Amino acid sequence: MSLPYSEKVIEHFKHPRNVGKIDNPDGKAIEGSAACGDMVAVYIKVDKDSKRIENIKFQSYGCASNIATGSIVTELAKGKTIDEAKDISWQQAADELGGLPPIKQHCSVLAVDGLRAAINNYEEKNGLIKNKKATTIEIINKRLKHVMNPITGLDVVKTNLIKKVELINKEIIVIMDIPSNHQFANSLKEDIVEKLEALWDIERVKVEFTE
Amino acid sequence: MDKIYFDNSSSTRMDERVLAEMEPYLFDSYATPTSDFGYSMGTDAKDALRISRETIAKSINALTKEIVFTSGFTESNNLAIKGILKKLKNKKHIIISTIEDFSILNTVKMLEKDGYKVTYIGVDEYGLLNINELKNALRDDTAIVSIQTANQEIGTLQNIKEIAEIVKKKNILLHTDATHAFMRIPINVKEWNLDLMTIDAYTIHGPRGIGALYIKKGTPIKKIMDGGYQEFDKRAGPENIPSAVGFAKAVKLVTKDENIELEKMRDYIIKRIINEIPDTIINGHPTKRIPHNANITFHYVEGESITLHLDMRGIAVSTGSACFSKSLEASHVILGIGGDHERAHGSVRFTFGRFNTKKEIDETVLALKEIIEILRKISPIKKAEA
Repeated sequence: MSLPYSEKVIEHFKHPRNVGKIDNPDGKAIEGSAACGDMVAVYIKVDKDSKRIENIKFQSYGCASNIATGSIVTELAKGKTIDEAKDISWQQAADELGGLPPIKQHCSVLAVDGLRAAINNYEEKNGLIKNKKATTIEIINKRLKHVMNPITGLDVVKTNLIKKVELINKEIIVIMDIPSNHQFANSLKEDIVEKLEALWDIERVKVEFTE
Repeated sequence: MDKIYFDNSSSTRMDERVLAEMEPYLFDSYATPTSDFGYSMGTDAKDALRISRETIAKSINALTKEIVFTSGFTESNNLAIKGILKKLKNKKHIIISTIEDFSILNTVKMLEKDGYKVTYIGVDEYGLLNINELKNALRDDTAIVSIQTANQEIGTLQNIKEIAEIVKKKNILLHTDATHAFMRIPINVKEWNLDLMTIDAYTIHGPRGIGALYIKKGTPIKKIMDGGYQEFDKRAGPENIPSAVGFAKAVKLVTKDENIELEKMRDYIIKRIINEIPDTIINGHPTKRIPHNANITFHYVEGESITLHLDMRGIAVSTGSACFSKSLEASHVILGIGGDHERAHGSVRFTFGRFNTKKEIDETVLALKEIIEILRKISPIKKAEA
């Protein structure tokens, strides 16, 4: 059988490790969305003193490379300190798996992003962000680049769905260039709020629509 | 492990009887038709081509001279649209549906770049054409309307006869891509009042690389590939005699009973999946569909993962998921019927053919039950709690 995937990818696809959900996780993140075709949820438990990842689980709605990367990334992260785990790259995961088709980078990078976002979520919740930089429009835009536009599968910034971003005191207002009755309006709104309200100095996130 | 092939709209296993019919024209009478006054091997070829053309013409109630052989449906669709536009120089408007095959869709998209105007007619949730939209789209400068007979992914059958009545009343040319309906439903080009129709041999266990375009006598069309004067000067290039002979044989081998069998398999797999696997929906029309197509969305899971798991069990199907396609774009057909991306990503197409059996369906349903359970277990998307 000549599949585009390595044996190891197939192995992890058939028997993914660390699948599931952790109740009351110390950190969690969801990357991608069902609408754009791939979605990964990552949950971590972190030891307070050693800052090691004691337990990690993931869930995947996605193709084989998405599932396999989720499996290998969680394997790699388990037992590592959060700083070590942050350095796990897509390339490292791909190498571990014996290579991934380049066209599948978009689907498989989500697991790596998910792990980093879960760690970040943990750090934010526990006041561990070292360089507490005040949130800027630039930082907001960077986060918005992780919100996918389901119509194209590309992020909302690249696809010009963000009309305006305002930062007033501790409140962020995002104005989107879609009508409020748009089929994806609500899911995009939830996604944006989740990504932005974790910022340490933000108290409120408002998403508005053009119509 | 015996392979189970449920992707008969992508390709079919050739029938041995087709190959047997072709063989003499590969090894004995392998000449191309020469002029009427040429050598005998050439005139044999000419006879074989004429007889094949007759068989195919008869199957759709066309005149023999109205059948032009091509290299397949893609070329037929290109010839139909570009050939008409080349002749009708002052008409710059084309109408198609939003769920056409890429050979139509990308042909008109290219023409749009050259300055032509295209109207894309929408379809309802079952894939049926919006007739009012069509009525309003017809213009004085409309050169051609091209609406498929059956959809390649969801199998929905359009009411071509009704569409023809509307289009022909305005004296506009009508083309239909019948690739996925040909020989599987009764087609009568005269009764349907068609100007052009695309057919292909590959969907009916015939040879690959041969199709035809029905061109009604008197239709204004110019060839789009330059070369010799073959095919009534509508398609240049030496004739593919063995494939034409195989095409005709494939036509003769399709029976009414076979189509009834395919329909039974289609209804059986739909019934079993819908009843036995929760959160599944049919894509396409419940009754107005070709006999050999079932298309089902499995919610909360992604299609490429389903197809890969099935493949590891020796079962071949296709999916409308973006991850499966070369372009990484979700099926424009499922999106066209108003489905969201999730519905497209979780859609699986089963298309049946002569060599499939009910037992294969039983094995597939069994495999699917396991696979869907595995994938739903690891999916972060779950059914909303009632």
